[in-house]
Amino acid sequence: MHKESAIREPLILGHKTYHDITEDVCRSIEDKAPRMWYILFSIALVIGLYGVGCILYLLGTGVGTWGLNKTVGWAWDITNFVWWVGIGHAGTLISAVLLLFRQKWRMAINRSAEAMTIFAVFMAGLFPLIHMGRLWLGYWTIPLPNQFGSLWVNFNSPLLWDVFAISTYLSVSLVFWYIGLIPDFATIRDRAKKPLAKKMYSILAFGWSGRAKHWNRFENISLVLAGLATPLVFSVHSIVSFDFATSVIPGWHTTIFPPYFVAGAVFSGFAMVQTLLLIMRKAMSLEAYIHTRHVEYMNIVIMVTGSIVGVAYITELFISFYSGVEYESYAFINRLSGPYWWAYWSMMTCNVISPQLMWFKKLRRSLLFTFFISIVVNIGMWFERFVIIVTSTHRDYLPSSWSMFYPTHIDIGIFIGTIGLFSVFFLLFARFFPVLALNELKTILKSSGESYKNDTKKDH
Amino acid sequence: MAETIIYAMYDDDDILKDGAKKLVSKGVKITEVFSPFPVHGIDPIIGIKDTRLGIMAFLYGLTGTVLATVGMRYMMVVDWPMNIGGKPNFSYLENILAFIPVTFEFTVLCAAHGMAITYFLRNKTLPGMPAQNPDPRTTDDRFVMEIRTDENQKFSLKELETLVKETGIVEFDKKSRE
Repeated sequence: MHKESAIREPLILGHKTYHDITEDVCRSIEDKAPRMWYILFSIALVIGLYGVGCILYLLGTGVGTWGLNKTVGWAWDITNFVWWVGIGHAGTLISAVLLLFRQKWRMAINRSAEAMTIFAVFMAGLFPLIHMGRLWLGYWTIPLPNQFGSLWVNFNSPLLWDVFAISTYLSVSLVFWYIGLIPDFATIRDRAKKPLAKKMYSILAFGWSGRAKHWNRFENISLVLAGLATPLVFSVHSIVSFDFATSVIPGWHTTIFPPYFVAGAVFSGFAMVQTLLLIMRKAMSLEAYIHTRHVEYMNIVIMVTGSIVGVAYITELFISFYSGVEYESYAFINRLSGPYWWAYWSMMTCNVISPQLMWFKKLRRSLLFTFFISIVVNIGMWFERFVIIVTSTHRDYLPSSWSMFYPTHIDIGIFIGTIGLFSVFFLLFARFFPVLALNELKTILKSSGESYKNDTKKDH
Repeated sequence: MAETIIYAMYDDDDILKDGAKKLVSKGVKITEVFSPFPVHGIDPIIGIKDTRLGIMAFLYGLTGTVLATVGMRYMMVVDWPMNIGGKPNFSYLENILAFIPVTFEFTVLCAAHGMAITYFLRNKTLPGMPAQNPDPRTTDDRFVMEIRTDENQKFSLKELETLVKETGIVEFDKKSRE
C-alpha cells in the first residue's frame, strides 16, 4: 500500500468507509430527484428545443439566415465550434494526462469532466454539420468509393483532418468513459431494487463481475487508453487551429496557433469543469469528495494555462509588428483599436488578467471567487475565438469590401440552444449515472482518506 | 464427484490479501477473487498473469497506421492525384507531412477501439449479460475469494474450511455443483 505524507491534504474528508462511498454516490440516483432538478431540466429543455427549432429553420431555409456576408464568411458557427471543442478538452486531459502522472485528485472529478467532454464535443460536432447546409450529405466527408468519378476527399486539407480528429476524439473519449463506468454501473445494478432500474443497469453494466483478472485488464486498458488519449487531446486542438493557421488570412496565418489553441482549450475546459462541479458538489452533497483542495488544483491549472494564453496573445501582437508585414500589423492594430476593440479587450481582461488573481492563495481557495472566475473565463474564451475569426476577416485586403458582422436571432438561438442541449445532457447524466468514479475512489481511501491518514479511524 | 465451491467473504482488502498469502503458502489454490475495486498486489499472490492487452493495442495501432498509409496513397497519389493550386501529389513520400495528422488519428482510432473490443470479448462482458459476481455486495464493500475443491484435491473439504476460516473472514458460504 502507498503511504502518503501526513502534511498532504487528504482527498476524501471525514470518516468514510467503502460502503459510505457507494451510498454517497448512489443516493442521488436512487432517491427521487429534487424539485430543483426538474426546474433546471425544464428550463434547459425549453432552451435546447428552441435551439433545435432554429437549426431546423436553418436547414430548411439555408445558411443565409445567419448574419454572414461576403466578407465575413465564418463567424459564430465556427466560433461556437471551437469554443465547444475547447471545453471538451478538460475531461480527457483530467482522466488521461492526470492518470499518467498518477494524480489521485483526478478520481473525484474525472467522471463528470469526461461526461462534460463528450457532451461538449457533441455540441461542437453539430456546428460543422449544420454549416454544410445539406446535413444529409455529411457522409461525403468520409472517404467512400463513389460514382462521381474517382472523387476522393482531400487528405491535404485541414478541414478533413478535423473530421478525423474530432470523430476519433469523440469516439475514443466515449469508449474511455464507458469502460470506466462499467464497474460503477455494476454497483448500481447490484443495489437496485426496482425491476426497471435493475434491468436498465444490468444492460449498462455488461455483466461486470469484478474478477481479479478483469480488474487487471481494466487497469491495463485504462493506462493504454490514457496513453493514446494524451497525444490525441493535444492533436485535436492543434488540428482545429490548423483550420486557421494554414490559411493566408492575416491574423490567422500564424505558427503559434497549435500550442496556443491547446493551452486555451485546457484553460476553458477547466473553467467549465469548475462551473459545473461547484454546482454539482453542492446539489448532490459531495463536499467530502470534491473540496477546496480539488478546486485549488484546478485553479492552478487555470492559472498556468491562462498565463500561457496570455504570453501567446502578446507574442502574436509582437510578431505582427516585428514581421514587418503591413497586412499582418494592420490586422492586429484593427483588433485592438478597430470597431471590435471591445471584444478584444474583453478577451484580454477575461483571459489574461483574471487568471492572474489565482496567484493569491486566499482567492484560489475561495469557492465563490472560483465560480465567478470560471464564468469570466468561459466568456473570455468565447470572445477569443470571436476575435480571431471575425476581426481577421471583416476587413480584408480590399477596403471597399470591409464590413461588420451582426448575428441574427438564428445565430443567437443556435448558440444558446446548444448550451441548453448541453445542460439537458449533463442533467440527465447527473441524475442517472454515477457522477464520481466511486470504485476508483475506494482505491485511494486508505492512502488519501482523512480518517485513515490521521489515524483517527473508528472501527470499520 | 460433486464439486464444492467455497466462497469466503472479507470486508477489507488488506485482510483479504494477507489471507490469500497465508492460504497460498499452505498450498491452497485460489481460483478467483471478486472485489469492488482493483486490489493492488493480489494478482501475483493468486497466480494471475499480467494481461497482454497492451500488445494487442500496439498491433491494432500498427494496422491503423498501415491502413491509413495505404489508403491515402491510393486515393491521393495513385487513383486521382488531386491538383491543388498547381501542386499535385506526385509521390506519397514527398507529401507525407500533409498525411501525418490523419495517419496519427487513424492509428489511435484503431488501437483504442480494437483494444476496447478485445477487452469486452476477453472479459465476456457485453450489453445485457447477466451479472457474474457471486454476491451483490462484491460491487460495494465486500471481497470474495473463490476456492474449488476440484483444484485442491490434497485437502479435504473440512481442512479447507478450517484453513479459510482462520484468515479473518466475515462470512462463509459453499455451493455444491455436479
